[in-house]
Amino acid sequence: MSVQYAKQYETVIGLEVHVELATKTKIFCGCSTEFGGAPNTHTCPVCTGMPGTLPVLNKQVVEYAMAVGLATNCEITRLCKFDRKNYFYPDNPQNYQISQLYLPICRNGHVEIETADGKKSVGIHEIHMEEDAGKLLHDEWEDCSLVDYNRSGVPLIEIVSEPDMRSAEEVIAYLEKLRMTIQYLGASDCKLNEGSMRADVNLSVREVGAERFGTRTEMKNLNSFRAITHAIEHERERQIELLEAGQQVIQETRRWDDHKEYSYAMRSKEDAQDYRYFPDPDLVPVYISDAWIAAIRDGLPEFREEKMARYKEVFDIPEYDIGIITDTKHMADLFEETVAICNQPKKVSNWLMGETLRLLKENAMDAQDIRFSPGNLAKLIALVDGKEINSSVAKEVFEVMFEKDVNPKQYVEEHGLGTVNDETALRTTIEEVLAANPQSVEDYRGGKERALGFLVGQTMKAMKGKADPAVVNRILKELL
Amino acid sequence: MDLLSYSAVELAAAIKEGKATAVQAMEAVLARIGETEGTINAYVTIDKEAALAVAQRTQEKIASGAFAGPLAGVPVAVKDNLCTKGILTTCASRMLGNFVPTFSAEAVTKLEHAGAVVIGKTNMDEFAMGSTTETSAYGETKNPWNLAHVPGGSSGGSAAAVASNECFFALGSDTGGSIRQPASFCGVVGLKPTYGTVSRYGLVAYGSSLDQIGPLTKNVSDCAAVLEVIAAQDEKDSTSIKREDTDFAAALLEDVAGLRIGIPRDYFGEGLDAEVRKAVLAAADALSGKGAVVEEFDLGLVEYAIPTYYTIAAAEASSNLERFDGVKYGYRAQEFDGLHEMYKKTRSEGFGAEVKRRIMLGSFVLSSGYYDAYYLKALKVKAMIKKAFDDAFANFDLILGPVAPTTAPRLGESLSDPLKMYLGDIYTISVNLAGLPAISVPCGKDTKGLPIGLQLIADSFQEKKLLRAAYTYEQLRGAFGMEH
Repeated sequence: MSVQYAKQYETVIGLEVHVELATKTKIFCGCSTEFGGAPNTHTCPVCTGMPGTLPVLNKQVVEYAMAVGLATNCEITRLCKFDRKNYFYPDNPQNYQISQLYLPICRNGHVEIETADGKKSVGIHEIHMEEDAGKLLHDEWEDCSLVDYNRSGVPLIEIVSEPDMRSAEEVIAYLEKLRMTIQYLGASDCKLNEGSMRADVNLSVREVGAERFGTRTEMKNLNSFRAITHAIEHERERQIELLEAGQQVIQETRRWDDHKEYSYAMRSKEDAQDYRYFPDPDLVPVYISDAWIAAIRDGLPEFREEKMARYKEVFDIPEYDIGIITDTKHMADLFEETVAICNQPKKVSNWLMGETLRLLKENAMDAQDIRFSPGNLAKLIALVDGKEINSSVAKEVFEVMFEKDVNPKQYVEEHGLGTVNDETALRTTIEEVLAANPQSVEDYRGGKERALGFLVGQTMKAMKGKADPAVVNRILKELL
Repeated sequence: MDLLSYSAVELAAAIKEGKATAVQAMEAVLARIGETEGTINAYVTIDKEAALAVAQRTQEKIASGAFAGPLAGVPVAVKDNLCTKGILTTCASRMLGNFVPTFSAEAVTKLEHAGAVVIGKTNMDEFAMGSTTETSAYGETKNPWNLAHVPGGSSGGSAAAVASNECFFALGSDTGGSIRQPASFCGVVGLKPTYGTVSRYGLVAYGSSLDQIGPLTKNVSDCAAVLEVIAAQDEKDSTSIKREDTDFAAALLEDVAGLRIGIPRDYFGEGLDAEVRKAVLAAADALSGKGAVVEEFDLGLVEYAIPTYYTIAAAEASSNLERFDGVKYGYRAQEFDGLHEMYKKTRSEGFGAEVKRRIMLGSFVLSSGYYDAYYLKALKVKAMIKKAFDDAFANFDLILGPVAPTTAPRLGESLSDPLKMYLGDIYTISVNLAGLPAISVPCGKDTKGLPIGLQLIADSFQEKKLLRAAYTYEQLRGAFGMEH
């Protein structure tokens, strides 16, 4: 910390995390949840709030919410209900949002996080299900606002933590833990930048040793881990400076501006709306049986910690690689499925750690966006093993496979990239290369080992890369 | 024979036998509407051309055998809070003066699939809030028995249309008596089914936990036939229930021997008009004469029904009506400065006084700090009322009483004193709070010549008992309809 304060302060942070669930259809109607699409094309009378329409609950939403609850050690509420949250805004077609206040589906959970300071448990107060709102689009030219209801009714869960975090580092560790867990469940892709995971930060400060919490603020519009970290640091400083100046922190909602690295007050507690929550009479209570909970529990996947332990035992690959491969379920699945086909964990890991990570970074993609199939990666490895292509051709083919998931065998055949194993032809080419480079031949014979490398290169070039460098080396040495 | 004198079931039979056609039936109804609608104003919207065209197509399907049920070819009037694809659906509000739904209510679709032909949309109290059909933005409907009186409400247009032969039967909705009370005032049969029996999909919601769609008909047989068509579980309505016993016509038996009928003393106390009392008790005697075991008892909690109802229904309405905001459809104020004022002006101008009163009441009882004292308490009383009925049905098959304390009041008499108007719902409201089925059957006229209604209430899912007793009583009573 660069700034020195008169007193010692502790930061107290709780999070409200919204996660868009990966169901195919919306929470209360059959419309598609697909992101994008022309405005108001994924809509129907229900999700546009037409008079006379009624909501019908999507069972998959309940199952995802239960799975997230079980994975975060929550109690499942056996009889849960939906409530209406009433407020007027044009992106909210009924002017009430169907959510859960009185009987949320999951309560009293916790997750373990690990930071440089060690391990810690963060409490989860509750998880509830709700519907997302539409999107307002402002037309500057026409000076009007238009509304797109494609997102209206997309299912969300809101995960409300206890105020158990004390630093930005812990917040990020907690969010990473949630993201990882939920991605492993397949319940959401949890992308902060696309809004499928959104975190609001409740933060207060208090003197070290104080028993009572300070007055908190809620920070919104945090679209990346970086923004969250910066916002927490700024808000902590802002609150401490107020207190040091003898002023009070006002309970309010603030909005973070990531470009200006600054937050401003949106509304204070006094302006807070009365949402007039009450049970939605159009939906019946959801009764969750022991058998249903057991079925969801049985369907939980192997999570990262277990997976890492198993990889360490079963596969002979570095721990660092294991960490990266298991960072997303998608990459771990890809790894395991490819190994199941080719039984070469080391080589599969090398492709993932090397070329795959390089291309992901180059294309600013997440591991979840990897498109190539395990079958094709296994085929590529087999081509290299069988010396049907050399390693530089393999990288070239991999790039195409990474982009379009082509069948590498077919691609190599169609583009004539197979290694030329016809030694007679190779010998002829090498003889031509030697004839064309008498100086290098002389240098080599004069003891300059480096000249050999040049001649190999020239040969590969003449072969358009399709020769096995080991064979070229052998023949060259022979002829020299 | 005059087609209009047929009941719905009789008409369908005549059409099936080739004695009449669906087109002739529609023409007869439209001709009748031409004569009487100018004074009665039972409808908000009628599209004659479309109605005749559908009647024509229906007749072809009847001829080909595609429609064979007891309502095939029969013209029906639909309350204007039920969505009808391509037909204006206003809820008798200025707010929805231009609203044409893209889909039909499930109950309407069921009728259409049975071959019934929609004539048009009937007048009502705005958003079903009212007991007289005077809160309509499209003018009041008049009682066909006496044009100086109200038809009741909120399904007043549907009841008046049936009474005046402007249709063969109608659909209404009942949240606190809105089918039974106008049926009683207009001398027709009206039934409110067990909550969950008829899909609410496409019914513009007022009090969602209380609303049920039901028939208004010329007689009990028609009532059974219509209920049989519209009662079905619907996956679009989570509160709808699967029932195996929807062959309601099978319950039309002239037999009440051994049927235990309870008469709640609480329903015959202060405020009940003497002529109504006499007619209703006479009906009980008639059933007793046919072998029913009639006995008085104390139901209890009756005085809590009205405050409980107005708390719950208004709370739900305040939320249900939020979607009418000028953004997506319906009325929008012409001039405004910013979003907030657009909402405010649109809703101030688009809603009538009674609707605004209930939205304010409902918003209040749900607001922070009052929720527990009002809304939550009302839910608890609702559960106690249900329990009181459960106790009663441990001893009785049916409960018998009046539908309303008086016959139809004069136009203009009720709105000046809304509290008094609310008190008029005292005998019908508990039925909705308890989710029970109940039927209103004409049982006489007062000295002014206005009809009196008998109410029979049954336990949940016991519509067959209701229909059997009502049918038996109807046979004993004899013909009732207006002279046309």
